[in-house]
Amino acid sequence: MRVCGRVLTLATVAAACLLAEPAPSLAVDSQFVGLMPYRTGPYAPNGIPFADGVADYLQLINVRDGGINGVPISTEECDTSYNTDRGVECYERLKNKGATGSAAFIPLSTGITYALIERAAVDKVPLLTTGYGRTAGGDGRVFPYVFTLPDSYWSGADVAITYVAQQMGGFDKLKGKKIAFVYHDSPYGKEPIPVFEALAAKYGFQLSNFPVAHPGLEQKAVWLRIGRQLRPDWTIMWGWGVMNSTAIKEAAAVGYNMEHFLGVWWSGAEPDVIPAGDAAKGYKALAFHAPGADFKVIQDVEKFLYAAGKGTGDKNNVGTVLYNRGIFNSVVLVEAIRNAMNKFGNKPMTGEQIQWGFENLDMTSEKLASLGLAGFMQPFKITCADHEASVPVRVQQWDGKQWTFVSDWIQPDRSLIRPMIEAAAEQYAKEKNITPRDCK
Amino acid sequence: MFYREAGQFKVSYAADQAIFPIRQDQIGMAMILAVAYVVMPVAGSEYWLETIMIPFLVFSLAAIGLNILTGYAGQLSLGTGAFMACGAFAAYKLTTAFPDLNIIVALLLSGVAAAAVGIVFGLPSLRIKGFYLAVATLAAQFFLIWLFAKVPWFTNYSASGVISAPPRAVVGELYVTGVHATPQARYLFCLTLVAVLALLAKNMVRSSIGRQWMAIRDMDIAAEIIGIRPLRTKLSAFAISSFYCGVAGALWAFFYTGTVEPGAFDINRSFQILYMIIIGGLGSILGAFLGAGFIVLLPIVLSRLPLMLGLPISTATISHIEVMVFGTLIVFFLIVEPHGLARLWRIFKEKLRLWPFPY
Amino acid sequence: MEGFLSDIFIAPFVSMWEYPVFLVEVLVGGLLVGVMYSLVALGFVLIFKASGVFNFAQGAMVLFAALFFAGFLEAGMPVWLALGASAVVMVALAIVTERVVLRPLVNQPPIVLFMATIGLTFFLDGFGQMIWGSDIKVIDIGIPKEPLEIHGVLINSFDIVAGVTAGLLVAGLALFFHYTKIGRALRAVADDHQAALSVGIPLQSIWVIVWSVAGLVALVAGIMWGSSLGVQFSLALVALKALPVLILGGFTSIPGAIVGGLIIGASEKIGEVYWGPALGGAIEDWHAYMIAMVFLLFRPQGLFGEKIIERV
Repeated sequence: MRVCGRVLTLATVAAACLLAEPAPSLAVDSQFVGLMPYRTGPYAPNGIPFADGVADYLQLINVRDGGINGVPISTEECDTSYNTDRGVECYERLKNKGATGSAAFIPLSTGITYALIERAAVDKVPLLTTGYGRTAGGDGRVFPYVFTLPDSYWSGADVAITYVAQQMGGFDKLKGKKIAFVYHDSPYGKEPIPVFEALAAKYGFQLSNFPVAHPGLEQKAVWLRIGRQLRPDWTIMWGWGVMNSTAIKEAAAVGYNMEHFLGVWWSGAEPDVIPAGDAAKGYKALAFHAPGADFKVIQDVEKFLYAAGKGTGDKNNVGTVLYNRGIFNSVVLVEAIRNAMNKFGNKPMTGEQIQWGFENLDMTSEKLASLGLAGFMQPFKITCADHEASVPVRVQQWDGKQWTFVSDWIQPDRSLIRPMIEAAAEQYAKEKNITPRDCK
Repeated sequence: MFYREAGQFKVSYAADQAIFPIRQDQIGMAMILAVAYVVMPVAGSEYWLETIMIPFLVFSLAAIGLNILTGYAGQLSLGTGAFMACGAFAAYKLTTAFPDLNIIVALLLSGVAAAAVGIVFGLPSLRIKGFYLAVATLAAQFFLIWLFAKVPWFTNYSASGVISAPPRAVVGELYVTGVHATPQARYLFCLTLVAVLALLAKNMVRSSIGRQWMAIRDMDIAAEIIGIRPLRTKLSAFAISSFYCGVAGALWAFFYTGTVEPGAFDINRSFQILYMIIIGGLGSILGAFLGAGFIVLLPIVLSRLPLMLGLPISTATISHIEVMVFGTLIVFFLIVEPHGLARLWRIFKEKLRLWPFPY
Repeated sequence: MEGFLSDIFIAPFVSMWEYPVFLVEVLVGGLLVGVMYSLVALGFVLIFKASGVFNFAQGAMVLFAALFFAGFLEAGMPVWLALGASAVVMVALAIVTERVVLRPLVNQPPIVLFMATIGLTFFLDGFGQMIWGSDIKVIDIGIPKEPLEIHGVLINSFDIVAGVTAGLLVAGLALFFHYTKIGRALRAVADDHQAALSVGIPLQSIWVIVWSVAGLVALVAGIMWGSSLGVQFSLALVALKALPVLILGGFTSIPGAIVGGLIIGASEKIGEVYWGPALGGAIEDWHAYMIAMVFLLFRPQGLFGEKIIERV
């Protein structure tokens, strides 16, 4: 009976937990933002600085400005461990919390994004997927609640090839050259392939694909083929987590020239290069925003939060690439909410109102500067039809200590990408019986 | 006292052989069904239905499938995720290739497709046994997931390799998949399918084929000597188990997440279902449900507990503690009752019979 | 179709013939990677041999040991002290595991013990990361990483160090098993628990010793893998790469783990390099299991496993 009693007690506690709603610590008149980071699991080293950046900026708005237009922000985190089904659970858990439900969701996982796209459209909650997720989501007519700003993988792929051409001295030099593409063998890594193939056909370079299975611990065979057999002129990588540092290390092990190794913006952060040590010197990556702490907003974070002991995470992460990307996500979200408040009044906004805020987002240089982000990135503007904006991208290089820019801003070729996005969105609309919105 | 069968007389063989021969059990079962069919859809919030009940039902079905293979036929398998993936992708191909096909037929056919694959990967079981077989089924696990990720035909040539469920109705305008399906409709559809298949499984394990499985499990050489054909018995276990897993996989893709990539059915999924049947109880249909409930609910409960108590713990620590407690509870339950929750339930019933007397 | 068949049956062999140096490079690279797999598989074998437990937690133990080692290094300890301290942690872990997990589950069916080690896996993953955090950690104990060219064949010096380490470890374990009293007791337990008990071998302390040795092997594996990949959660996943090695070599054979590792490592790399392109790449994962399965069809107990004798 003792055992049965213990089991029964456990079961009762469990039932109580599930049934009871958590204590309403959220103020009624605050804007609720549900966060779904991953601070554990195989991709935690990359997930943590990003999550810290997102949380810190929202906290800064509360501490420094007293909220958005005077409306304080309340948050709750639900750890997904980069698990799609856990992500869905977190989404369902958080979407109706607070006064008006979660303002938006930032999944930081292509898999979770795919699972949420349909749900978010039904629940009218914006999905902010900055530089990842479903590329076709850039077409706001079919995907009103998905925002792929400021760049999609397809823009990234185009910029990567443009940069390679610049280094060679012109697009005409690409003809007959060999480019290797190393990618995470998942929806994330496969997304840019159509654009690479289109560009290969256009410029006549030879594209070789090298998938790497999750999580990417073992890449010796891939790098022997690249470094010793194929010997490509350039290698482009779409990796995430441990795959990045392993790739850099294996590339160095076969003597591959780091100067000709270019990663996407998810393969160019500190956790990717530091484990590789000196081998990573010279490695390059795309970036749509600047690294470092030389921005007023980052200094504010240090002053208002970390100096006062209110920071979310480890102070050493402040100013790293992924931390800054987290800050960028929160900035966009806060500005969208502010936009919505300016139109609908200073109270907690619903997802539908924030969607309007996103669609009328105009991040001019002046606005970026006023937010403490002067020189952080290029200005962009979101419209009803265009949820991507395709901002110019730069290439940064790791010098063994920090990332520095080595190229100018490169504008993605919208005349190539936009029709492809629209075609993909149209196909999706047809499969799902969606009538695209009229954006005129 | 509450649970006494005194005065209940069986007057026919049929009554004696019933699944629930005792009246209290019949009443209990009727109440559970009433709660599941009436109270849940009415009172359950969208969160409950979408993220707890539907995955619970899907996992239960998969756990029944694995329990048939591992619990009843004694063939340890770590390829459950792959067979689920077979079902999911077959269902996607069937519904997109034949848009007029009824969703029920499509689901059952995808189960059949998974069963066919299961038979092929069951062949090594005739020669390899125990943990060696488990690792051989891992070959199926990794190969099939790779195949679905690599061959674009399976995903209708989508660039990212993700499939998503097209909207389908059971009858007329009653949509059960896609965006227009209400959580209630989806839940009730899953519930009905799982209930029917569970009943089928319960009867299967009580019939001659179930006894053959158990004979093979207990000692296959002895079973062979008394005239049970190992080939047919083992392969039928693989086929039927894969059928259940396949249907579960299709339900997962169509009714739970709505969109899946092959990675959703990776090795962790296989392990998760294995935990369910071991915690729930090997060789028990009830155990499949108990185990699924335990594994689905426990992480959710654990992750909400600190918030509930208002403890100021960081998200990362909550996750770490959650994982630790999860592991500890697995060990705890194994020590308390190595034969799973189903056995615990049986002991509990025995105690109820005698209560309040100690003997 | 014809092109595909030629890619499978002709092109790889032509390519091997034409570029023998590259073939040697792939082969050597594969063999050395295989040794790294063996390091992890070795821990599985030790425990299975002595206690019949399929210890799924071996991967988690690798991560756990590496986390402690890296954490001690970061805290400013010299290498030898960090090594000693992490060894103490692993021995303590073995003692606690025997007390809390194994002893109450004596005489349970193997699958229950297997499940218990899965529980242990979760606990170790959570516990290690809660103490040391999930951020990536770097282990740098001065193992050279420069590529070397020997007669035009490119070899990574790190892989050589790993190979030598594994070789020394296996030799040490073999000597330990054959020439010490404890080693003899371990072999006796492995042969027959009851017989060993009846001649006065204390089963429980033997288990503690075996788990400690497996913990130390995990520490070595953790340091080698950790200095190659960085210490983080993904390290626990190397267990999956060790499983095919384990079945191929047989659950009970220490030389089997090494030979299995070499076969799996080499065939995996050759398969990926020569047949991967035709099949679409990333075939390494299932390729290793398929090879292991084919071997098993001929020898159901693995290459060096003890022959399974069944009686009614």
